[in-house]
Amino acid sequence: MNAATPRTTVGLKVSAPGAREILLTRLFDAPRDLVFDAFTKPELIKRWMFGPEGWSLPVCDLELKAGGKMHYVWKHKDGNSMGMRGAFREIKRPSRIVHTEIFDEDWTGGETLVTTLFTEKDGKTLVEQTILYSSRAARDAVLKSPMEDGAAQGYNRLDKFLAGQADRRGAA
Amino acid sequence: MTPSSHLDAAFSALADPTRRAILARLALGEASVMELAEPFSMSQPAVSKHLKVLEQAGLISRGRDAQRRPCRIEGRAFAEMEEWLENYRRFWEGQFRQLDALLDELKAAKKKARAATPGAKGKRK
Repeated sequence: MNAATPRTTVGLKVSAPGAREILLTRLFDAPRDLVFDAFTKPELIKRWMFGPEGWSLPVCDLELKAGGKMHYVWKHKDGNSMGMRGAFREIKRPSRIVHTEIFDEDWTGGETLVTTLFTEKDGKTLVEQTILYSSRAARDAVLKSPMEDGAAQGYNRLDKFLAGQADRRGAA
Repeated sequence: MTPSSHLDAAFSALADPTRRAILARLALGEASVMELAEPFSMSQPAVSKHLKVLEQAGLISRGRDAQRRPCRIEGRAFAEMEEWLENYRRFWEGQFRQLDALLDELKAAKKKARAATPGAKGKRK
């Protein structure tokens, strides 16, 4: 069910195309409308974006329209939780989503702007996600996160909790 | 430089394809500006400019030999950056594998729904 087998290099590609951006590129073996649904329907999002082992995503509310708000809360079985809010700027089903994100404990140095593109070829779907930090200083804040954490969008927090070094400030 | 601004400079330095290519070349062994300029069919000043960015980001160092000033890749800075990106990648790859499994399930459900209702294409249950 999850990443028990590392060492794939054919999967996700991550690059840093600009001073303030991170780009994720991943091919999915499914038609575009299904992939788009999996990225935008709360009941589906909860089934894959729940974080590392021990975490779940009990709250995933979103209004899928330009200007619509989103609210995510991840919870760990030991009681820690982490919230994230954001808003959609643009939705073009099934090819493009632009939204903002900010974590309750703002560790990314301000809002990030996330652009997700879905391109279908031969029944497979290429997803390209660009995360733009508000400034170089903001991206610095992300890079400050400990190296042993996958410093993804807030998940370094999750890893820290897992490692039993929870930062209690944000614990619910 | 703090480690994080160091890393940020490194990412910026790597945002340029020519600089990435220069690093790839230096990964094979040290080289002088002249030796670097040749394969990239660039002028030496242009290459020097790129080298300055790489040097400021701590990705390369220049030798003391006044004649050649050979460029060397700095393993530590490079490894630090690679490690950060690799951790990031590993985390998201884990999430995306969960998504792969979910998509397989959705595809199967779609097929089943189609098979159950002949002639009604793509109808969901």
